Amino acid sequence: MIDFGGWAMPVQYTNVIEEHQTTRTSATLFDICHMGEIEVRGAQALHLLQFSLTRDLAWQKTGQVKLSALINDQGGIIDDLTVYKMAEDFYMLVTNATTRESDFLRIKSILEDKKFDCTLSDVSAKTGKLDLQGPRAEEILQTLTDTNLKSIRFYTFVASKVAGTQAIISRSGYTGEDGFEIYAEAIKIGDIWDKVMAAGTVFGLKPAGLGARDTLRLESGMMLNGQDITEAVSPLEVPYSWLVDWHKDFAGKPALAAIRDRGIQKKLVGFVMTGRGIARHGYKVMNGTREIGLVTSGTFSPTLNKAIGLAFVDVAFSAPDTEITIAIRDSLSPAKVVKLPFYKRQK
Amino acid sequence: MPKSNPTDRLYSKDHEWVKDNGDGTAVVGITDYAQEMLTDIVFVELPPLGKKVAQGEPMAVVESVKSVSDVYAPVSGEVIDVNKTLEEMPELLNQDAFGEGWIAKLKLGNAAELKSLLNAADYDDLIKEEKH
Repeated sequence: MIDFGGWAMPVQYTNVIEEHQTTRTSATLFDICHMGEIEVRGAQALHLLQFSLTRDLAWQKTGQVKLSALINDQGGIIDDLTVYKMAEDFYMLVTNATTRESDFLRIKSILEDKKFDCTLSDVSAKTGKLDLQGPRAEEILQTLTDTNLKSIRFYTFVASKVAGTQAIISRSGYTGEDGFEIYAEAIKIGDIWDKVMAAGTVFGLKPAGLGARDTLRLESGMMLNGQDITEAVSPLEVPYSWLVDWHKDFAGKPALAAIRDRGIQKKLVGFVMTGRGIARHGYKVMNGTREIGLVTSGTFSPTLNKAIGLAFVDVAFSAPDTEITIAIRDSLSPAKVVKLPFYKRQK
Repeated sequence: MPKSNPTDRLYSKDHEWVKDNGDGTAVVGITDYAQEMLTDIVFVELPPLGKKVAQGEPMAVVESVKSVSDVYAPVSGEVIDVNKTLEEMPELLNQDAFGEGWIAKLKLGNAAELKSLLNAADYDDLIKEEKH
């Protein structure tokens, strides 16, 4: 067990590689209760979110999920979060665990400043979340709900019963596999966990911890907030420029536009090790004797059977196929910039 | 089930083992308990031949998917052989830490240091304590 944003969470139930491979081939269940949920309700809920977030939500339909960025006045990323449109006047924001409070404070200050007609409430403590991920997730969950899961497309959700308990079933996740994120009242989530595990046994379902969650998301080229993304970087320096809709106004836009106009100096890229060793968070990226960047995430990819990672590098070295070296302890090991993701599931 | 700790060798508190060959050399590795804690070993960095290591100094590196760990020299000495197979098959450490997963052979620098190590029974007690 480790401390993750104040939550005691298992790194593994059995072992990381086994849980990782089970997610890719069958299905795993993750306890994700640490993530934050913030509700926005009221006639001007959309106005508040449009001004708070970088992405244009005007065309979002009820039942759709949208990923967006929340930035500070310097253009730095406070959080990458998902927006659930529950109704015309009701949204749920799903935040990272470590950024829940800063998200809430940022949006609250925008609300107080702009005086939109809506309310904001942090419902994280009473909301539980489980992620059921993997190619067999749909078959498993279908045994516990009357909703036809085939009708839930990627990044959409429905309110439905799961094992007799009212829940939100969202087809989304953080593993690169098909799967569902299930939200329900926190006091009921343990019961849902038990019922999903029981229903999944015949499909090969296993529980998975933070270790596999990290290797799965990294293979799929997804960033981890607090590690790859911090308030010191803007969406333009990481693969999040697509989350910025310049045609609308939003808090932090002037600073972000200035960063865009100046041109970015560094960029987050994916790399694979072509030499020996595994790059880890904090290792230096070199070009000859010159330091050109820093590794933000690195691990051994169980699916690709090689070492992979994400690094901030000087933009001159950010094109795919660029040869770089990573300083691993007292030696330099060659690596190559590659396009993300490292792994993409077969559809 | 973890394997029992063989009585033909000595142990460090950092979970390395040393098997004294009786000819001024010794083989070193990590214990089964250590590999179990590390899980999923995917990379081993071996010391260069001829490297002189002091007791308690980092000698090799083992990495699992989730972490990087130093292997400390349980005794001082000069590296005279390394288990090259581990470079291609790091999982040998998980499968057979006390045998096929040996890490290096040392020419002992100070045989008296062996007295500072734990025997199998004392090491059993140490890991029992750590588990609580």
